[in-house]
Amino acid sequence: MSELNMLVCVKQVPDPEGPPSAFEVDREARRVIPKGIPPVLSPFDENALEAAIRLKEEHGGSVTLLSVGSGLSRAVMLKALASGADRLVLLDDPACDREKLDAQATAAVLAAAVRSLGGFDLILTGRQAADTNAGQVGLGLAEMLGIPAVPFARKVEVKGAGIRVESVLPDGYAVYEAELPALVTVSHEVGDLRYPSLMAIKQAKSLPVEELTLTGLGVDPASETRLELVSLVPPSRERRCRLVEADSPEEAGARLAELLREEKIL
Amino acid sequence: MASSGGIMACLLGGRVGDPPGTILELLGLGAGLAASSGRQLQVAVAGGVTEEEAMRLGDHGAEVVYLAETNAADVDDAASLAAALKAAAEEARPAVILLGHTPLGQDVGVRLGFSLSAATVTDAVKVEMRDGRPLITKPVYGGNALATFAPRGEAVVITVRAGAGTAPEAMAGREPELIRVSAENPAAHVRLVDRVREEGEEVRLEEARFVVSGGRGMGGPEGFEALRQLARLLKGAVGASRPPVDAGWFPSTAQVGITGRIVSPEVYMAVAISGSSQHLSGMGDSRVIVAVNKDPEAYIFKVSDFGVVGEWQQVVPAFTARLRELMEG
Ligand SMILES: Cc1cc2nc3c(=O)[nH]c(=O)nc-3n(C[C@H](O)[C@H](O)[C@H](O)COP(=O)(O)OP(=O)(O)OC[C@H]3O[C@@H](n4cnc5c(N)ncnc54)[C@H](O)[C@@H]3O)c2cc1C
Ligand SMILES: Nc1ncnc2c1ncn2[C@@H]1O[C@H](COP(=O)(O)O)[C@@H](O)[C@H]1O
Repeated sequence: MSELNMLVCVKQVPDPEGPPSAFEVDREARRVIPKGIPPVLSPFDENALEAAIRLKEEHGGSVTLLSVGSGLSRAVMLKALASGADRLVLLDDPACDREKLDAQATAAVLAAAVRSLGGFDLILTGRQAADTNAGQVGLGLAEMLGIPAVPFARKVEVKGAGIRVESVLPDGYAVYEAELPALVTVSHEVGDLRYPSLMAIKQAKSLPVEELTLTGLGVDPASETRLELVSLVPPSRERRCRLVEADSPEEAGARLAELLREEKIL
Repeated sequence: MASSGGIMACLLGGRVGDPPGTILELLGLGAGLAASSGRQLQVAVAGGVTEEEAMRLGDHGAEVVYLAETNAADVDDAASLAAALKAAAEEARPAVILLGHTPLGQDVGVRLGFSLSAATVTDAVKVEMRDGRPLITKPVYGGNALATFAPRGEAVVITVRAGAGTAPEAMAGREPELIRVSAENPAAHVRLVDRVREEGEEVRLEEARFVVSGGRGMGGPEGFEALRQLARLLKGAVGASRPPVDAGWFPSTAQVGITGRIVSPEVYMAVAISGSSQHLSGMGDSRVIVAVNKDPEAYIFKVSDFGVVGEWQQVVPAFTARLRELMEG
């Protein structure tokens, strides 16, 4: 196998591990306003990047990061770059705001970027983004590029002239072999993204960053959009909790059993 | 009729295909959408479903059955299944295409949506018709918001979360029209070489009436033994939040949440789980939620009906023991 030229598609999202109160829903504007949480790489995209870096370590090659968005944080991108990628490609445009781009439009922009950058053997994406929870863009991008796709990878290896991928299933996993070029969507079982050293972060500042534009790519996301967001509301999940109190935790446990029996719940 | 725009419910056969209840739920949901907008209810089956099985769906309201075939070597191959369903959709020209939101359903649904250049929504918790227009609701931001979308264009492909539809009563004797379609098998650039089953739980999580799940606060694999004892007593199932799975304390097949199993049992008991939105998104529709957590400020108490503040090591064994006495008494 010759060296792998890899592309990892990464998206910036408000930290999904933030508490529920950090996600303020503005119904009027139909958008989520993050409160006090930083932007991060969508977690499965970190896993995708880790998978790429490991393949590069083992087989050589290069890792390009591609992110599309509006008002992207350079600090987040730099840290990702420092983890072991070789170059960064950004498309930062208000028209690519995350509340405006649906999966079709996102995949169309990414496909245009891939065509203009050219020549990737393997494209990796997260299995789903933490804001859309959609799991569409990876498979959609593969469809648009006309390359094979394998979803939900828990392991990606080189085998012969192609790749071997273990794909997560509800009751285990499936093993696929795919020819290259191919696209793989990555699940967290692959492993966490390594932390870059301070040294690497410093050095990453001198790595190449390319900026793409929508006009340069000749793509208009608005005309690719297939979904209109008609409303956005907070979930109604709060309930009134009856706390069982007693002199000791053991007694409280026993009392809970009695209560659930009395109420015919168990 | 090319422009009528029916409602098409899809059934994926094959070894990792839909669980039996899925197509019935989709038909239940589809029947409501069809009735409220005067559209035809169609079924498309792919992946080794027999004609007989397919025709039986007439008993559940299907007016037309599209039997979609490819010559794929692997009946579970998502690209072939999507190609087969695409052939059915091009023949029927439905306005709404419904699939179950399983891993395979999502894989096939997205490929189908993009190959039709159609609006696509995954993990829908609600689908309705308003003024003849489909409206689709799904959780976003890990369940911290609910988004409702309307499609642009002729068709929308939707993968529907279990529980979003209700299976219709069978009404025997309806004979649907059968239409066979076939698709060219897409070039096989991906080959299935193996399928590995991992040890799962005895009772399927989605079907259990009682589910008890352990979180990071269980501290290790031993903790889950206490939960197994409780589940056995109630003939229920044991689940977990993500940290115990990541740490290897419990099988990954039992992860409950937005990237794991979606469950809505009669009673869900969350032990040493803080109540992250991603976890809640997978069990928030349970009828009764019970929480055990040592932190009185844990968010899980805000979304539970009953709770005990305390260490699970003390609370859970006492709970199980007392329950056993009461059940045997
Ligand atoms: C994209 C994405 C997808 C995700 N998908 C999922 C998913 O599908 N499912 C999922 O669960 N998570 C998922 N997560 C992770 C999620 O964000 C949380 O990190 C996770 O749910 C936290 O699990 P936990 O509640 O067990 O752990 P913690 O949040 O660490 O909570 C542990 C709790 O245990 C309590 N505790 C500790 N010791 C004891 C004791 N002795 N007795 C009683 N209580 C005790 C503590 O008070 C605390 O409340 C996802 C995250 C991301 C970013
Ligand atoms: N704006 C974006 N820029 C780069 N990659 C993206 C973008 N949106 C989605 N992706 C990739 O596609 C995956 C799936 O996204 P989604 O379909 O929204 O769940 C993400 O995990 C990313 O890898």
